[in-house]
Amino acid sequence: MTAQNHSHVQHSSHPVAIDPHLTPGASPLDAQAVAVDIHDLTVAYQRKPVLWDVDVQIPERRLVAIVGPNGAGKSTLIKAVLGLVPLASGYVTIFGQTLREVRKNVGYVPQREHVDWDFPVDALDVVLMGRYGRLGWIRRPGAKDRAIAMDSLASVGMAEYSRRQISQLSGGQQQRVFLARALAQEALIYFMDEPFAGVDAATERTIVDVLRRLRNEGKTVIAVHHDLQTVGEYFDHVVMLNMRLVAAGPVADVFTQHNLQKTYGGRLTLMDQAAEAVRLAGGVKP
Amino acid sequence: MNDFVRLITLQDANTRVVILGSSLLGLACGSVGALSVLRKRALVGDAVAHAALPGVCVAYLVVGNRNFAAFLLGALLFGVLCAAFIAAVRTYTRVKEDAATALAIGSFFGLGIALSRMIQSQPSGNRAGLDSFIFGKAASMVAADAKLISIVCAVVVLAIVLLYKELKLLCFDRDFAQSLGWPVSRLDLVLMGLVAVCTVVGLPAVGVVLMVSLLVIPASGARFWTDRLGVMIILSGLIGAIAGVLGTSISATAALPTGPMVTLSAASIFAVSFVVAPRRGIVAQVARQRRLRRRVGIQNVLRAAYEATEQRTDPRATWASSKSMHAGLRLAMKEGLVLQADADRYQLTRYGVEEAVKVVRAHRLWELFLTDKASVAIDHVDRDADQLEHVLPREVVERLEAQLRGEGRLPITPGEMDVPGSVHEIGGQP
Amino acid sequence: MTSGDWWVMLTAVLCALPCSVLGCFLVLRRMSLLGDAITHAILPGIVLAFVLTGSRGVSPMLAGAAAAGILTALLSGAINRWGKVDEGASLGLVFSTMFALGVVMLGWVPRTMDLDPGCVLYGIIEGVPFDTTLVLGFAVPKAALTLGIVTIAVLALVIVFFKELRIVCFDPQLATTLGISAAVVHYALLGSVATTAVASFEAVGSILVITMLVAPAATAQMLTDKLGTMVVVAAIVGILDAIVGHLLAVMLNSSVAGMMSVAAGIIFVTVALASPRHGVIGKIARRALLRLRIAEEDVLGTLYRNSEADQRLTITQSASLRTRRRLVKLAVWRLTRAGQISNSDGRLHLTEKGLVSARSVVRSHRLWEAFLAKHSSLPLDHLHDPSERVEHFITAPLQEELAREAGECADPHGKAIPPR
Repeated sequence: MTAQNHSHVQHSSHPVAIDPHLTPGASPLDAQAVAVDIHDLTVAYQRKPVLWDVDVQIPERRLVAIVGPNGAGKSTLIKAVLGLVPLASGYVTIFGQTLREVRKNVGYVPQREHVDWDFPVDALDVVLMGRYGRLGWIRRPGAKDRAIAMDSLASVGMAEYSRRQISQLSGGQQQRVFLARALAQEALIYFMDEPFAGVDAATERTIVDVLRRLRNEGKTVIAVHHDLQTVGEYFDHVVMLNMRLVAAGPVADVFTQHNLQKTYGGRLTLMDQAAEAVRLAGGVKP
Repeated sequence: MNDFVRLITLQDANTRVVILGSSLLGLACGSVGALSVLRKRALVGDAVAHAALPGVCVAYLVVGNRNFAAFLLGALLFGVLCAAFIAAVRTYTRVKEDAATALAIGSFFGLGIALSRMIQSQPSGNRAGLDSFIFGKAASMVAADAKLISIVCAVVVLAIVLLYKELKLLCFDRDFAQSLGWPVSRLDLVLMGLVAVCTVVGLPAVGVVLMVSLLVIPASGARFWTDRLGVMIILSGLIGAIAGVLGTSISATAALPTGPMVTLSAASIFAVSFVVAPRRGIVAQVARQRRLRRRVGIQNVLRAAYEATEQRTDPRATWASSKSMHAGLRLAMKEGLVLQADADRYQLTRYGVEEAVKVVRAHRLWELFLTDKASVAIDHVDRDADQLEHVLPREVVERLEAQLRGEGRLPITPGEMDVPGSVHEIGGQP
Repeated sequence: MTSGDWWVMLTAVLCALPCSVLGCFLVLRRMSLLGDAITHAILPGIVLAFVLTGSRGVSPMLAGAAAAGILTALLSGAINRWGKVDEGASLGLVFSTMFALGVVMLGWVPRTMDLDPGCVLYGIIEGVPFDTTLVLGFAVPKAALTLGIVTIAVLALVIVFFKELRIVCFDPQLATTLGISAAVVHYALLGSVATTAVASFEAVGSILVITMLVAPAATAQMLTDKLGTMVVVAAIVGILDAIVGHLLAVMLNSSVAGMMSVAAGIIFVTVALASPRHGVIGKIARRALLRLRIAEEDVLGTLYRNSEADQRLTITQSASLRTRRRLVKLAVWRLTRAGQISNSDGRLHLTEKGLVSARSVVRSHRLWEAFLAKHSSLPLDHLHDPSERVEHFITAPLQEELAREAGECADPHGKAIPPR
């Protein structure tokens, strides 16, 4: 493990004291601070469990990939952590605190599809929205916010498109604008839902560069990722999901054939059958 | 006609109040309508308006005679009830939102009709009061009503100004707003509440059935003229105000019902916008398509010419063209890019050669990009070569150029080093 | 009821029938608002035909209406696609403009002609018996005749083309690849809706047609899962709406069209609440029964584990049952009545019958634990709680599969998995 420069992380060579970031009962992770602690999380969609008793601790200052087959609940996991879907059971803490306490430090890049890209705003407008979290009610973004927004656009290579109406951007450019918006949030931890989906190679490289820069600055990035080929190249840590947690840990250790088979293979159809039985019987207890 | 002008310029004391009231109403409905259209809840106003009728009837039955404030309160109450009904059906049953909305509109309106008939059959039933709610009768607007409208208008404008960024984000990306911790359902309620209040206040003027037009048409028309949300909202309010004034004036002058005239005024402005607006209007779109086709046609000719002469290393050699190129050839000759050398043979001019180099370079870069990078972003078949720099980032273009140059396929203008040939068959389909 | 009243009721029924049948397809294809738009948009056509032919005549209006219906769909589609206007907004735009046009045209109708603006909204069904024509020597109201013909035509179309309609409703793209043009069916449906709306104009007016189109279909949707049944049920509900509406109107001295819509709404709400399979009340009841069953199984499971460990934990001492005391009491009572447990010397015991049930519950629990241990990465101490929750839902065939999967006879904690 490489040594970190920040004072509150303990080196692995020292005997481990209980790290204040760890919640009681969670399995300690070798003196690494835990960014996200997900405890026995269950989420149901139309009465059928989509995520089932997921229990995982995600360390900070990593690039973390969430992988799994379609319908495995990857997007749902992120949405559950961010409070966008209700939890049927379990709880989540971020840096040891509830979501409401750490909101200002959480960034989000949602999927591109759920937004109407014909909306009458330009790229700068969208990135400025990332500053809204810090402004509070009614106040308008000021010069400082504008500067931060332009910086974010520049860091994704979109500075010259700041005034471009978003419907005139290509898919990759739209994704970069979304990323810039999250960067403008100046968060400590970023959640991204399929950031690489449907983008051209240049954009993909830009996004990877930005993510690496974030990690080197000590931020944590958790991204739903669909391309198994690039998991090893882009990410340090991986969470393998198929309705339940199959495996989680450093990519080198955990991203193995064996685990891939367990995640994508047919063994877990029994899980699906049980979920279906639950749904038919009346659903997960609200 | 003189009457009409007198009305519009507010010289007629009788109708001054009505015209002012209608303009403020249009302003409010137009502005809030812009947001509700962007929020894709355009027809909620329609449901609220139709549900208002039973509300007015119930208020009449309770109060006993025509009381504007009571009517509006009843209308608002039932409008909210209707919206709640739709939400409940959507959430708790398998009936989808569109069916729930249609069902609610029909049932509530039917209730209103039934109640109004019962009131009419009463000896003291003053049906005329209720009728004007259905089709609208702005002429019956008095100063007090106009004052109420102006208050509502002020509240709406204030709310939009204060909550501008909140409403903007809510309409654009609700999930992101929620991730920031905003109470998005409550914001939605505020927006729908503003729509409901504007609807109810506008009922006596425009009527139940056509109220939706003031909420929907100005917003749709405004979108054609601008790409910025703030301007769109202001424009939408303006169009609403103009429609209100126009409609009311025409209605007073020609003794026609108000609601339809307001609707038709708004619709005319929309139709004009739809056709004439620069960039988003139909005329502009068609013109753009034609320009694109012409440019692509010329570029195809230039490419064919270049490749036909590439083998002979003299770009100004003559070549024979195929039938399919005739239209493009004509255009190219008109632009001074191509000369006719013989009966069937053509030649690039000096200017033509320069342009041809640019076109072929861009085309081969595109090809390379598509085949090598298999990008998902590009899906346009007839790509205008000029678009290359707009769509691909500069680093990518430079990298591709380097690759082409290495393969010896990068065309350059004569005077620089000569570059050998192309990958695909020359003389085949461009 | 006078003979006039009977004609009115028949007209109402003949209006409700084709509307409710066509409405099923509108609702399933999420085109209810398009139907609403069409009913508004045909007004100018009706007024024009009225002005031209001088009466509320039939055939030219029907043809014109079908065209108007298709025009509405095409126009709003064009505005949506080329003007990039939101779908709901383009609908609202088109239908309100056309309706406004119709109202203005109404003003051109000479006072001598009998077309009251109000009737646009709610029809003049009461006047129907007075405008008759001769059919086989009998005086039949024109409106009833028109609606009768429309009803027969619509029913015939739906019966003959039922399987095409069904596949287009379910998956239009699949239909097109199979050679059934989804577009043709789509526009034929819209044309029929427009025609029916025009024919119903006299009975219920322009606007309340929408209730007859949507309400019976939505009601039927709450009662059945099969399309054929849904169409039949919708027709029955539509007839019911018409009859009840008519009766209410007579009783309360009110408008038949209005009361039909009200009746339709009330019947829908009633069914939505009370429907056995999909109704709200049914769902609440089922959930309560589920909670009771879970409590019963928890009691059985606790008693089984007691006997295993030879402990004497009373029910109230078991952690998972402590929180639901009242429910547990009810569960114990029911189990005693069913002969699954018995109460001797103040303690509860499993009977023979109870032992069988308890074994099955615990078997499910431990098989699931084994499954989780093998296939997910949950730590040992996290296996019990999920299995506690899932054990109640494991059906017999699922249990079989789990048993085959688990293979061994002990759960991850070392406890024996009870035999079947």
